[in-house]
Amino acid sequence: MALALQQLINGLTLGAVYGLIAIGYTMVYGIIGMINFAHGDIYMVSAFIAVTGFTLLTAFGVTSVPFALLVVLIVAVLFTSVYGWAVERLAYRPLRGSTRLAPLISAIGMSIFLQNMVQLTQGARVKPIPPMITGGIDVLTTDGFTARLSYSQILIVLVTVALLAAFTWLITRTSFGRQQRACEQDRTMTALLGIDVDRTISLTFMLGASLAAVAGVMVTMYYGVVDFYIGFVAGIKAFTAAVLGGIGSLPGAMLGGLIIGLIEAFWSNYLSAEYKDVATFSILILVLMFRPSGLLGRPEVEKV
Amino acid sequence: MMLQLSGVHAHYGHIHALRGIDLSVQVGEVVTLIGANGAGKSTLLMSLFGQPRVSAGRIVFDNEDITRLPTHVIARRDISLVPEGRRIFPRMTVLENLQMGAVMADPDNLHVDLKRMYALFPILEERLEQRAGTLSGGEQQMLAIARALMARPKLLLLDEPSLGLAPLYIKKIFQTIRELNEDHGMTILLIEQNAHHALRAAHRGYVMQHGQITMTGTGRDLLASAEVRAAYLEGGHAAA
Ligand SMILES: Nc1ncnc2c1ncn2[C@@H]1O[C@H](COP(=O)(O)OP(=O)(O)O)[C@@H](O)[C@H]1O
Ligand SMILES: [Mg+2]
Repeated sequence: MALALQQLINGLTLGAVYGLIAIGYTMVYGIIGMINFAHGDIYMVSAFIAVTGFTLLTAFGVTSVPFALLVVLIVAVLFTSVYGWAVERLAYRPLRGSTRLAPLISAIGMSIFLQNMVQLTQGARVKPIPPMITGGIDVLTTDGFTARLSYSQILIVLVTVALLAAFTWLITRTSFGRQQRACEQDRTMTALLGIDVDRTISLTFMLGASLAAVAGVMVTMYYGVVDFYIGFVAGIKAFTAAVLGGIGSLPGAMLGGLIIGLIEAFWSNYLSAEYKDVATFSILILVLMFRPSGLLGRPEVEKV
Repeated sequence: MMLQLSGVHAHYGHIHALRGIDLSVQVGEVVTLIGANGAGKSTLLMSLFGQPRVSAGRIVFDNEDITRLPTHVIARRDISLVPEGRRIFPRMTVLENLQMGAVMADPDNLHVDLKRMYALFPILEERLEQRAGTLSGGEQQMLAIARALMARPKLLLLDEPSLGLAPLYIKKIFQTIRELNEDHGMTILLIEQNAHHALRAAHRGYVMQHGQITMTGTGRDLLASAEVRAAYLEGGHAAA
């Protein structure tokens, strides 16, 4: 019982992180109809910024965890939104209107470039940092096992809920959100109403990147290690989450993230930790085969 | 002079869609552009916004050369388009569509302008929270016109607003056009397949064929012209 509860807690935490990254995939897909394959790396970069930032701040004698976290978050968000902007500007915009394959290839190029840049500046080693936030709450004990909700897990879930609420408000209630949705539905018409479509697309890339940055920082704080391929693996998992939830759907991305997180947690506990990634990829294939529009995605029929 | 096109050419790849268009619209006029399917009428309206960008010629709106401006910058001038096929945002509510029309307008006017639209098209007020994609064709057309008017344009461009609509709606659309022009002094450039209605509603008209203007005159003269009658009015079909 307590063991299952622990997996539930772990799964939801992980799922929240996947969900945050998935939102970036889903928003970019919504607006330009392309999977941004450089998106997973944004998460990796921000994780590396977090490791470096935390290490530096500790070296300079900063002991306040909230302060360190805030500084690192701001730096990571700034840096990655510039990166998100650059990816769109350099890899996508010049190729808009060409074949669908061209921007995909140039995005993969951007992704490789970024991975190498980080590898060069950071070295390819795994970099551990000491846990930032310790402690937690014991929730339940059965059969000698205690399910524990750590403070860092609580923080991750709270931040995710807050960001999700803010984003939902931004997209559904503000003028920018309307412009963003208008671009999704008819870009030419949106421009004919006086809206700068390029700017809206750039902002969408930057917003998606910022969420992935927050996810990267939180994961670093949570696990304390950054492995070079986390960008790649987490990227594919978040992508699966976006597809599972229905690519283009914001709540779908979050739901997909939670489901993937839960499956992964339970799978590694009850089946096999080594093959947990297999579970994710099987889901991706099954969804693509049987329900390509995902759980909350709209089928591509519109009465116009 | 509200709008002036001189020697405008436009291409879609190898298709030469506009072949030297000279056309003008004076302040306060209703001008109509008629012609068979594929003549290049929609292309002409879209080319005013650089979609497609003209390959030669000059477009002047309100004493400003807008030929090379980006689409969204042109749209911020006092010129609004009700495009072919309406192009409302189907997954947004009626209200959101209207707000989209006013994105670049003064926010202080929003409330007053919404009220004006409800007075013009009462059905829109009843459907405010409904998804625009679920409206009937006629209602969508009214929404598209209202969305264009939310920007308070001086020049309103309408691309076949009566296409596919029931007679009752067609009447309503033409009545609205007259009201906007006579009561509010709005200048209007109207594309129509329904040449009879259009020529009667317009001060002047142009006939377009194969990307060129082949005839121009007052609405009355064109209505009386044997050529126009044969091609567009008495069930005749001009070759595109
Ligand atoms: N987006 C487009 N791409 C390529 N050709 C187009 C496009 N739009 C229109 N055309 C072509 O340009 C010509 C003029 O079309 P259009 O302006 O739509 O005519 P009209 O509005 O008078 O029916 C036609 O030959 C049409 O096939
Ligand atoms: Mg047309």
